[in-house]
Amino acid sequence: MKLIFEKSVAGRHSDILPKCDVEPVELSARFARTDAPALPEMAEVDVARHYTELNDRVHGVNCGFYPLGSCTMKYNPRIDEDMAALPGFAGVHPLAPDYATEGCREVLETAKKYLCEVSGMDDMTFQPAAGAHGEFTGVLLIKQYHDARGDKKRTKIIVPDSAHGTNPATAAMCGFEVVNIDSAPDGCVDLEALKNALGEDTAGLMLTNPNTVGIFDPNILEITRLVHEAGGLCYYDGANLNAIMGVVRPGDMGFDCVHMNLHKTFATPHGGGGPGAGAVGCKDFLKEFLPRSVVMDGEGRIQVRSFAGNFLVTVRAVTYLLTLGREGIPEASQNAVLNANYLMRAIQGSFDLAFDRTCMHEFVLDLSEYKKETGVSALDVAKSLIDYGMHPPTMYFPLIVHEALMLEPTETESKETLDEAAAIFRKLYELGKTDPEPMHAAPHHAQIGRPDEVGAARHPVLRWQKPEE
Amino acid sequence: MNIPAELKYSTDHEWVRMDGDVAVIGVSDFAQDALGDLVFINLPEVGDAVTAGDAFGDVESVKAVSDLLSPVTGTVCEINEELLDAPEKINEDPYGAWMIKVENIEATEDLMDAAAYEEHCAAEE
Amino acid sequence: MSYVPSTGDQRKEMLAAVGAADYADLYKDVPAEALLNRPLDLPEGMSELEVGKAMSAMAAKNVLFPTVLRGAGAYDHYIPAVVKSIPNKEEFLTAYTPYQAEMSQGVLQSIFEYQTMICEITGMDVSNASVYDGASAAAEAAAMCRDRKRRVTLISASSHPDTINTVRTYCYGTGDELRVVPVKDGRTDLEALKEMLGADIASFYVQQPNFYGQLEEVEEIAGLVHEAGAMFVMGANPISLGILKSPRECGADVAVGEGQPLGMPIGYGGPYLGFMATTAKNMRKLPGRIVGETVDDKGERCYVLSLQAREQHIRREKASSNICSNEALCALTAGVYLATMGPEGLKEAASQCMAKAHYLAKELTKIEGVDLVFTGEYFHEFVTTLPKQDEVLKALEDAGILGGFPVKEGVLWCATEKVSKCELDRAVSVVKEVLAK
Repeated sequence: MKLIFEKSVAGRHSDILPKCDVEPVELSARFARTDAPALPEMAEVDVARHYTELNDRVHGVNCGFYPLGSCTMKYNPRIDEDMAALPGFAGVHPLAPDYATEGCREVLETAKKYLCEVSGMDDMTFQPAAGAHGEFTGVLLIKQYHDARGDKKRTKIIVPDSAHGTNPATAAMCGFEVVNIDSAPDGCVDLEALKNALGEDTAGLMLTNPNTVGIFDPNILEITRLVHEAGGLCYYDGANLNAIMGVVRPGDMGFDCVHMNLHKTFATPHGGGGPGAGAVGCKDFLKEFLPRSVVMDGEGRIQVRSFAGNFLVTVRAVTYLLTLGREGIPEASQNAVLNANYLMRAIQGSFDLAFDRTCMHEFVLDLSEYKKETGVSALDVAKSLIDYGMHPPTMYFPLIVHEALMLEPTETESKETLDEAAAIFRKLYELGKTDPEPMHAAPHHAQIGRPDEVGAARHPVLRWQKPEE
Repeated sequence: MNIPAELKYSTDHEWVRMDGDVAVIGVSDFAQDALGDLVFINLPEVGDAVTAGDAFGDVESVKAVSDLLSPVTGTVCEINEELLDAPEKINEDPYGAWMIKVENIEATEDLMDAAAYEEHCAAEE
Repeated sequence: MSYVPSTGDQRKEMLAAVGAADYADLYKDVPAEALLNRPLDLPEGMSELEVGKAMSAMAAKNVLFPTVLRGAGAYDHYIPAVVKSIPNKEEFLTAYTPYQAEMSQGVLQSIFEYQTMICEITGMDVSNASVYDGASAAAEAAAMCRDRKRRVTLISASSHPDTINTVRTYCYGTGDELRVVPVKDGRTDLEALKEMLGADIASFYVQQPNFYGQLEEVEEIAGLVHEAGAMFVMGANPISLGILKSPRECGADVAVGEGQPLGMPIGYGGPYLGFMATTAKNMRKLPGRIVGETVDDKGERCYVLSLQAREQHIRREKASSNICSNEALCALTAGVYLATMGPEGLKEAASQCMAKAHYLAKELTKIEGVDLVFTGEYFHEFVTTLPKQDEVLKALEDAGILGGFPVKEGVLWCATEKVSKCELDRAVSVVKEVLAK
C-alpha cells in the first residue's frame, strides 16, 4: 500500500485551529525555521482512511489466538480503556497542586496495595515505563544498596543463560560485570554452577521464576538463600508472574525486589510495542532507594524518566485488579497454567516437548529432531501458522533450546480455541512429513511474503525520501 | 570448502597472512558459511591495540552477532573500510575480504596450516 | 469477576486431560514453604458496572482546570478528535511488537512513517521507533555518545530538572560522570561551557527552548561543542519545530525530545513519547527498535524491524541499551497528529503558542511587581516574579485556571494555542485583583 507521504496533495489540510486572536510575534532570524518539514498534506478523511487501511494490516489479540511465549498476550478489557480516557485522569497535569491530584494518588496507592500483596513486597514505584526499564530500576536498587554500605567489591550480577536478553543488558547498564551461568539439563538453575559463581564480588542474581522454559524452579528457596548467604541480593524478573499470582509470591521465594509488567500480567494493551509500565517493588530495606521525580517530589533520589511514569497505563491495571479482586487474581493464574498444560498435552505426540513435565503458564517445543527428519524448521512452522490466522509463538527463544517454539496461551483463551490451535499444530506436523515444500515458503496468504531481512540490514532504508523531481 | 594453502588459521576460524612484519587478518570460508549472510561489521580503529585471543570487532548477521578474535597481539595499522559499506564481501570472497592489518606483533597464537585446519573444521562439523 | 472464558465443566475436563486432580496439582514444583496458602488480602472482585463507578469516583477526586497555564514538561495542547480515535482502534491497541512482519505491516508502516516525520521535523537522517519519554531519550543519547576515550557527559542546568536527574541516574548506572553547566540569565553560560569542554567530554545536552522557555544560542553552542570534539545532543519541543530552526540546522548530532505535545494528553505524566534521531553517520549507535524498508519474496515493498543485531535480545550484555519496547501507540498518535496538522498546521500551532505566551507576558507584566525574570527571547514559556505567589495561584485555581509553576526563580508560565485571548484576559484580571488587595 502507499505510504502516507505518497497520498499527500500540496495545499490540502484540515481546519483544526481557530484564527489567532492575539498579535503575532516574530522570531529573530537566527532562531527561525526557513524550510517547512515535508509532513503529509491531507484532509481529515484522508488521514482517517490511511490509518484504517494500516489498522487492517495489524493482528491484535482481538483478531485471534496470540500464543506469543513470554509476552502474555491476554485479552485487554475494554473497560480499562474507558477508565484511562476519563478526563478526570487524562486531563490532570502532573504538576497540579496536591489537592487537585488526590484521585491520581489514590490510583497509585491502590495499585501499590494490590501489587505489593500479589508480589510480597513492601513498597513500589510506578515510574519505569516498561519491563526493561523496571529491570534497570530494580538493579539500580541493588547497586545503591551496596554503595550505601560502602561495599565496593560487589561488581558482578549473575544471570542464567536461559534469561531474556534484557537481563544481561540491564546488568551491564548498571555497571556490573555479567556472570552467565549454564542451566541444568532440566532448564532450571544449576546449583553447583551458582555456588561456583557466588562470592564476595556478587552484587546479586537476576532470575525469572517460572523460568523461560516455563518451569517453576523447585530449588528456588535454596537459590535465594545461597545468594543472600554470599551477601548478594535477589532480583525477580516479573516477566512470568502471570503463572503464580495468588499462589506463590516472589517476596516469599526470597526475592528482595521485583518488576512487574503491567502490560502483560495486568492486561493493559501492548499497543504494537508500548506504552507499557514496569512497576518495581521492593522490601522495606530498599525503599529509600526507589526513584522519584525531582519536579514532583524533590531532589535526592534516582529517577528513570520524568514525572510519575505511565500513569494512564497504571489506571488500566488498577481497573483490572479491582475487577479481578481476591478470587479473580489467582483464578487468572491457575487458568493460565491449566491452559498451557492442556495445550501442551494436546500438541504432544506431534512436535517434541523440550521438557516433558508439568509446565507453568508456557511451554517450549523443540523442533531440532523434526528439522533433521523433515527439513522443516521452527521458522517454517511459525510462518505456516500465519496462514491459519494464528500469531506464531515466540521463535528461537530461549537460546538453550535449539529450534524452539515457545507457546503461552494465557487464561483468556477458551478450550475451543486451544483445541483448534492444537489441531493446526498437529496438521502442520503431518504436512511437514508429507509435503514440506510449501512450508519453506510460507506464509502464502498473508499481507506479504517473507521479507528480505538481509537486504534491509545491509542497505538500510529507514525513512521515506521525496522522489527526485 | 576453500582453504588456501598459503595461509595460517586459528582455532576460531580467523586466517592470517604475514605481509613482511604485518599480519593481515580475516575470517575463513568455513566461518563465513557458519555465520550466514553478514549485514554489518564492527572494526577497531587504526592505532588500537589488539590482544591474541581477545575480540577486535564483531560481525552481525540478521539474528546474531559474533566476536572476531584476534590471533595476534599488536597494533592495528589499517582496517578494510570497504567492508563497512559492503559486509557481503566477506561472504562472497572471505580471503579477499581482509579485515585488519596488525603491526608491532608481540605474540601470536599457535596457528594451523591448511591441512591441520581442514581437519579442525571437519571435527567441528 | 474473571476474564476466563472456559466454563466450570470445561475446566474440570481440561484438568482431567492433563492428569491433574485440581489446580494445586499443577503447582507441585513450588516448595510447600513458599506457597501463599491463604487468600490474597484484597477486596473481592467487582463487576464491570461497579468497577466503572469505583474508578470514576477516583477520577472525580481530581480537580480539572479548564484553563492550563502550566507546562514545565507537560503541555496542554489541543488534540484533534481523529488523533484520539485512531490509536483506540482494537488492532493497533492490542497488537504486540511487530516481530512477525507478515502479519504486522500496519504497525511497521506506521512506525516507518513516524520515523520519517521525526526526521522531517528535526532535519536528521535517521530516527528510531521511539523510546519511553524525553528524559530517558536524553539519557540514552548521552550513552550513545560515549566511547572509550570520551566518558564525561555535560548537561545544561537550564534543562528540565527531571531530565538532568534521569541523565544523572543513567550515568550513575554505568559509572560515568555527569557535569552540570551553569546558567546565566536563564540560559546556558557559554563561557562556563567553553571552560568545561575538553578531551574527555563525550557530549553536551541542552534543550531548546529550555526549561525556563528561553531560546538558547544553539548554533554557537554547537560550534563550541564540535570544536572540542564532542557531540551535541539537542532536546527539542516538537511543536516549536513548526517555527524554530531544526536541530540539524543548529548543528545537532543527536536530536531528542518529549513527544507528548504531539497529540498525547498530559495524563498525570504519561504515557509520553521519547523521540530520538541522529545523523547517518551515527545510525548504528541509535538504541531501540528501528523499522526499515525492504522487499518480500515477490519483490513487493514491505517493512521489517531492522538492524536488530544492535539490540539486547541479540547482543545481551554487550548491547548499548537494554531497551526493548518502544512507545509504539504513542508514536502512532504522534504520526496521526503530524499528518492531521500538516506542515501549515504545525507552524500555526507553534506560532499561536508563541503569540499567546507573549500576549500573556505582556499583560501580566503590566501589573506592578510582576516582571520578566530573564531577558532572552522565549517560545511559549517564561518566568516572572510574582508577589503573593501562593495566594495568586490559589485564586487562579479557584477560577478554574491552573497558573504557572513555582520555580526557584519565580513562576514559570506557559500558554499554548489551546487558550483563547479571553481566557488569558481572565487570568490576568484574577492576578490583578489579588495583587490590588
